[in-house]
Amino acid sequence: MSRMPLPYNPKVLELFRNPKNLGKMEDATVVAVAGNPACGDMITFYLKISDQEVIEKASFESYGCAANIATASIVTEMIKEMKLEDAWKITWKSVAEAVGGLPSIKFHCGILAVGALKRAIRAYCKNKRLSPGWLPEELSFEEKQALEEEELSRILSKRMRTEE
Amino acid sequence: MIENVKELLKAHEGLKHEVYLDLENSSTVPKEVIEAMLPYFSQRAYGNPTLTHKPGWEAFETIMELTQKIAHFLGCKTLEEVNFTPGETEANNLALIGTAFSMKDKGKKLVISEVEPISILHVTELLQKYGFKTTKVPVDKEGFINLEKLGEVVDKETILVSLSAANHEIGTVQPIKEALEIVKDKNSGTIFHTDASDAYGKIPFTVKDLGVDLATVSSYKILGPRGIGALYVRQGVNVERILEGQIGTQKLWPGVENTPLIVGFAKASELAFQNFENNVNHMQKLQDKLLAGIFGRISDVKLNGPKGDRRAPDNANVSFLKCEGEALTIELSLSGVYVSSGSACTRRILQPSHVLVAIGRNFEEAHGSILMKITRYHTEEDINYVLDVIPKAVERIREITGSTGVE
Repeated sequence: MSRMPLPYNPKVLELFRNPKNLGKMEDATVVAVAGNPACGDMITFYLKISDQEVIEKASFESYGCAANIATASIVTEMIKEMKLEDAWKITWKSVAEAVGGLPSIKFHCGILAVGALKRAIRAYCKNKRLSPGWLPEELSFEEKQALEEEELSRILSKRMRTEE
Repeated sequence: MIENVKELLKAHEGLKHEVYLDLENSSTVPKEVIEAMLPYFSQRAYGNPTLTHKPGWEAFETIMELTQKIAHFLGCKTLEEVNFTPGETEANNLALIGTAFSMKDKGKKLVISEVEPISILHVTELLQKYGFKTTKVPVDKEGFINLEKLGEVVDKETILVSLSAANHEIGTVQPIKEALEIVKDKNSGTIFHTDASDAYGKIPFTVKDLGVDLATVSSYKILGPRGIGALYVRQGVNVERILEGQIGTQKLWPGVENTPLIVGFAKASELAFQNFENNVNHMQKLQDKLLAGIFGRISDVKLNGPKGDRRAPDNANVSFLKCEGEALTIELSLSGVYVSSGSACTRRILQPSHVLVAIGRNFEEAHGSILMKITRYHTEEDINYVLDVIPKAVERIREITGSTGVE
């Protein structure tokens, strides 16, 4: 339970101070969320996807720490103009690398951001009744981790409430 | 890692004003205290106080005179009741483990509250591994301990009760005297400890008035140097040593006495007590101004802990909804306002501050909490600056939050 110094790198700090692609998108094709306020970490992605399955625009909103904000912002940069199939291949490690590395206790921020992205892609395919060969039925690592974190915080906050 | 920190520090260059409000986690030491300490490193009393030479006798004389001073501020009966330790954490460990050692044949039960500091909480967890059991008494929405429950849980097996005099996070001033009467009524042999680190120099009390058996005080919580604190042990109460080594003037803590730090602690005590009422009034005035300013300027905020004179005069703890605490501490730091947060993000685990959860704050409210403490050295100008910075910082973080998390 002790506190840790968090030596965020300059890239994380820059994205925290001047996040790119911040804000709600009114004409989004798909919206996806990962995390919840109880975790203290939550990301919403808004994607505008063309009929050719290319991400034309991406934006985000984030309730969370500096790493959470930075990873969400960098994901929206990474996937711009990308085909869905290629966006699906993005891993949390490549996101952590893109922000210049994350302190280990902040890995979960990168995981949550990619979890939200993969949920968005999955939701888009479901809405369009598409089942492309590159989209596995089984949840990806990041989607599973996001689910786990949400479940854990639900259990913890429920336990806290019943203890009262 | 160190390179990143250098870059973070560079991002702070050119700050026009800086206000340090994180007195919970370390202190700024005033010039008078540093000046009082300086001669004791190499000019006088640098000897070991147990040895037979001039520098040793000087150290002995210094330590005894300053112990007398601190004993006076605490309201002790004898000098021997003051036992120096390297800080609050060590004094709390000594109180709990030392009592568990000395009382192990009388019972195995300990009672604390849900809002005790980590150095109490984790020690009871450690003692559980060795057969001791701990009951945590709940608190109400303002952090006051449930006295009725306290009376119910204390029994013949209870060897120790430990309740903080003023809560370190939310400033709740506990009714220690009443709690003690309830405890002693149930079991006159139960040792009563209070961590008074956040009360000493801020809330008028003496150990004699309170009637406690053990009390912890800390130097840095009153703007003294870090690395020194004390455990008051009432005459006749038996606490065993938890460390062994060369015993000097301090019967409960082995090792060579750190005379300069004792000098700093005593000087800081003197400064806190010499204009006690003025100091407290000053802190209270700025506390009122800070809280009124925050509540007047920002929506969706909640005060954590009680209002008025049942709150420590230096403590301001506020939850900003839709605003994650760690992000807010960084944003404030970039503007020169230094605070801490009860957010899980500033900790190793997913859970936010146990104190805020105990007073019924939900996770989101706890994640958005900011803890600030005011000293007698803060000025109206400092608070004006803080009140200029906080609304802008909260607004920017809330802009990033956007509609995320809105059901």
